[in-house]
Amino acid sequence: MFELSALEREAIELSLRVAFWSVLISLPVALATAWLLARVEFPGKTLVNGLVHLPLVLPPVVVGYLLLLLLGRYGIVGRWLYEWFGIQLPFTWQGAALAAAVMAFPLVVRAMRLSLENVDRRLELAARTLGASPMDVFASVTLPLMAPGILVGAVLGFARSLGEFGATIVFASNIPGETRTLPLALYSLTQTADGEGPALRLAVISVVISLGALAASELMARRLHMQASA
Amino acid sequence: MLEIAVSARLGTFTVDARLSCETDGIVAFFGRSGAGKTSLVNILAGLVKPDRGRIAVNGDVLFDSARGIDLVPERRRLGYVFQEGRLFPHLSVRRNLMYGYSRAPKSALNLSLDQVVDLLGLAALLGRRPRDLSGGEKQRVALGRALLANPRLLLMDEPLAALDQQRKDEVLPFIERLRDELGTPIVYVSHSMAEIVRLADTLVLISDGRVEAVGTVEDLTSRLDLRPLTGRYEAGAVISARVAGQDQDYALTELAFSGGRLQVPHVDAPLGTELRVRVRARDVSLALQPPKNISILNMIECEIQDVGEEEGPQVDLRLNAGGTAIWARVTRRSIAEMGLRRGTRVYALVKAVAIDRSSLGRVAGMRRFLAGSMAREPD
Repeated sequence: MFELSALEREAIELSLRVAFWSVLISLPVALATAWLLARVEFPGKTLVNGLVHLPLVLPPVVVGYLLLLLLGRYGIVGRWLYEWFGIQLPFTWQGAALAAAVMAFPLVVRAMRLSLENVDRRLELAARTLGASPMDVFASVTLPLMAPGILVGAVLGFARSLGEFGATIVFASNIPGETRTLPLALYSLTQTADGEGPALRLAVISVVISLGALAASELMARRLHMQASA
Repeated sequence: MLEIAVSARLGTFTVDARLSCETDGIVAFFGRSGAGKTSLVNILAGLVKPDRGRIAVNGDVLFDSARGIDLVPERRRLGYVFQEGRLFPHLSVRRNLMYGYSRAPKSALNLSLDQVVDLLGLAALLGRRPRDLSGGEKQRVALGRALLANPRLLLMDEPLAALDQQRKDEVLPFIERLRDELGTPIVYVSHSMAEIVRLADTLVLISDGRVEAVGTVEDLTSRLDLRPLTGRYEAGAVISARVAGQDQDYALTELAFSGGRLQVPHVDAPLGTELRVRVRARDVSLALQPPKNISILNMIECEIQDVGEEEGPQVDLRLNAGGTAIWARVTRRSIAEMGLRRGTRVYALVKAVAIDRSSLGRVAGMRRFLAGSMAREPD
């Protein structure tokens, strides 16, 4: 009875793809940033910390606009990207993923930084005395111990990306099949006559996907926990 | 051979340690808490960098500021057993044990997992997680993990301090086995004289970041000038003795030493075994004639060699029993009333029951010391 229309399928598929890539892009960068903020003392750390958290406090539309200024076809970096590599981010789903990644970034960094700060550094020193190099220690001790935090970061980032609206619509626009994710599709429907029924359906779909992601993360967390304690 | 000559400023604390000694058996770093024992061990392990100096183990230079050598911890190959175990919570006991083993250079591997599991009685624990282990079990696993890295030297930083007496007694025999059966050189940090008498051959006294003295446990504990460091409550003589007889009826063991014989509660050791006995000064009474009708079994004839000059109610006296130093702590009043002075012949009375298992230690092989001004060649 709940059959998906072509338009809905398209929006769902696009949303998942955008959210997936958003998380994939932000994870490694967020890990490096979390490391920098938690473990390294350097001048201008407060500034970097502020910059990382900016998307959390700025109106998303402003972030989208700044992205456009930076990466747009005639933007500071965008022009260069286009001329040298033929890469164009605005008005593409990759651009939507980037916008979502930027918006989700502070949440992912926070979760990782917290878990990294909870890793007992004395364990890392013990690993060094047992013959492990710093990279080895990171891979064999630090990373496994912060795995729950990475998972939390990924889920938060995924959920945030699914719901991304403001930055996406400014930077990537609202192109059906390219950048019209679930929230944008829902918005578009509310702007049309007799779009209320379909809009409600999209809302229900959003709830189901979000709950699904939450459940999946819960399962993974439980398995991680069991692994860490069994 | 362990050679250390380092200085380091750690905040307001300064470590300035010079030390050179053989590493047969167990070398104990002894000192009050805050004396800098752990700092020195961390410097050895490469976890703390000294400002300058040199560290070498068996001729391999680990640190030499003059030559710009500073091996990273993972290349020093010093096993480190921490006070709190520091087992990896995300790994099973087996994988904890194998952590260092799998990373050690193949050429250095003398010990196998089976050997260590056997020695430390870990077979039943292999599949478990660290959080399911008792405190004593954790320390045994930590011991095994450090051992399996096949280190040149094993550093143990108060490995028993976090355990209650029962758990200590559970782990101590394993450390003895390790010393007796594997011959891995060990640096053992402790502030417990009882542990040191039981385990160590060489004693390094540390105070305020400096090495104050290096020598045999027997020598250093009998020196009056070191008394402030070796501690007053714990003060006593450490005597080398040998099992000379077993009294099955009364479950007593007779020990022979240069000053005579000592009866102690049963020690399970074959005749001729060399032992170290700690006789605490407060367990020794003095008499001018051998008393009769008294429960004390041990009466050792000796001569007073030194009378302490304490102001308080009690005074420590050093006695010479056939070349062995024994300490007695009596009241200043007794000294006055008995007219005790240097050269007086007295009988030292020692209750047999005052000597318990924790005052006995087995003597390991030969030892030799080459420490700066404290250099001493025993025997």
